Amino acid sequence: MTLETTPAGVAAMSRPLRWGILRRWTPGPTGVAWLFVMPFLVIFAVFTAVPAVMAVTLTMTDIGVADLRDPLGVNFVFLDNFQAVLTAPAFLRSALNTVVYVGIGVPVTMAIGFLLALALDSGIRRARPVFRAVIYLPVIANIVAAAIVWQYAFTLNGPINSFLADLGIAGPNWLGTPTTAMIVVLLLTIWRTTGTCMVLFLAGLQAVPEEVHEAASLDGAGYWRRVFQMTLPLLRPTTLLVTVLMSVMFLNIFEEPFLLTEGGPLGSTKSVAQWVYEQFGFGNIANAMTGSIVLLLGVLIVCVVQLRVLRPKQ
Amino acid sequence: MNRLHVVRASGLYLALCLVSALMLLPFAWVVFGSFKTQGEFTANPGGWLPESFANLQNFVVLFTEEAFGGFLVNSIIVSAVTVLANVLFCSMAGYALAKLPFRGRGLLMGCVLVAMTVPYVALFVPQFLITVQLGLVNTLAGIIAPMLVMPLGVFIMRQFALSIPDELLEAARIDGAGEFGIFFRIFLPLLGPAIATVSIFTFLASWNFFLWPLVVAQTEDVFTLPVGLAIASQQANTTAYGLLLAGAIVVLLPVLILFLFLQRYFIQGIATAGLK
Repeated sequence: MTLETTPAGVAAMSRPLRWGILRRWTPGPTGVAWLFVMPFLVIFAVFTAVPAVMAVTLTMTDIGVADLRDPLGVNFVFLDNFQAVLTAPAFLRSALNTVVYVGIGVPVTMAIGFLLALALDSGIRRARPVFRAVIYLPVIANIVAAAIVWQYAFTLNGPINSFLADLGIAGPNWLGTPTTAMIVVLLLTIWRTTGTCMVLFLAGLQAVPEEVHEAASLDGAGYWRRVFQMTLPLLRPTTLLVTVLMSVMFLNIFEEPFLLTEGGPLGSTKSVAQWVYEQFGFGNIANAMTGSIVLLLGVLIVCVVQLRVLRPKQ
Repeated sequence: MNRLHVVRASGLYLALCLVSALMLLPFAWVVFGSFKTQGEFTANPGGWLPESFANLQNFVVLFTEEAFGGFLVNSIIVSAVTVLANVLFCSMAGYALAKLPFRGRGLLMGCVLVAMTVPYVALFVPQFLITVQLGLVNTLAGIIAPMLVMPLGVFIMRQFALSIPDELLEAARIDGAGEFGIFFRIFLPLLGPAIATVSIFTFLASWNFFLWPLVVAQTEDVFTLPVGLAIASQQANTTAYGLLLAGAIVVLLPVLILFLFLQRYFIQGIATAGLK
């Protein structure tokens, strides 16, 4: 059986009808407002608010994989977990690694992103969209796919080392040596985040009025002097935003070391987020949650400090 | 134009071309590698170019002998549902937060901002415990559920809704249109660019999302592409890169194609996300 409908007939019938039904069922603006925010509210409550409360309370219990079906049957241990986590050598090692990632990754990514934004802002109108797109491309690339390529590229006899061999350099065992493994993880992360910095800095630079530059160059100030004494101070809000964004990103670094080195060799590239994931995988749920709370506190402290230090001067 | 200017401009172009080449190099390796046979990888692991770009063996094996086709279908389902749900729910919430006066609106806006800033690593363990209670572990529904209404989507929709003049909605109200009528027949059609931005960034987020699907999916029939690929890469012996790189192409391609055509919206999304 087929339903026979002529478009014109349906439209003629349904128009007054649809308005009528909609009006009859419509509560006042307040009721509709709550109805409209309900989906967000439900998902927020179930997957953000309740987990946040659980995270804070369950870190004070001895919850393990055996308690998964009955989360209420756990014992309170108060701050014991924090003591255990903060004295675990593996956790401290991952914290140190994360500090190195942030300490090197954030300034290097921001410097490259800023220089690229400067280059793209200096009068190359026609080619700008092309370069911007190419530099931004790694940001949207899937991290698993990217990590597979990087792993392949940095294998002992892989493309990188064969290129180095052509230049007469014996390449190291990149992913098998702690220091070089960390460098490769950092390179992958920098490759993936530079585009974000560049786009944000470029947006900031393009908001600086042309006259400012002209006035300064009439004064005879050299290019780099203008960059440091005029552009950078004017960009302070953008710099603050990018610093916070990048710090949070690098503090939470997970996929890059997890996929590239699995945290090895010997935990030398393992990040805090990865330690949390591993503890979760082992069924040490209390440890995992405690580690993630410590990480969250770290993120908060770093953000607050940066907001205070880099806040635009009144 | 003086000579110094020309020298500086060409230096600039040279530097930008060099950086661009470095950015693109990994993509080139994916393409080259996916056309290489296992024999080529073993015989010459450091070679860059494949012997032939007509060798589709890796792709054939990927889709006929591996569970890869299933991962692809799962990824498509997850992304499609996520995008559709977000377009509807985020525009509803954004409309209410921008245009309907009600008590608790400020508080709700606060919730959106908080949800946008909490790092994911801090939440996935309790989220998993809740998913266990809901009976959604190892289901596609469990993968999708937390992404149904993304706070950044609500935020973008609200920002856009603020720019729509109140008079337009008032006029419809005076004409006797109900609140649903105003939303569906007047507000939604004006929302085009915001819908495009939200669709693109929710597609990107759901297609590339890794940690949560890795936690929730436990058997092969529920794996999404990134999860399946990651697990394959950790199990594979060290030289089986042909298949992995072919898989990487399949994961990368949809996003790259979208980016080529809709670059404007991607960059706009990042700029909006940055403004939070």
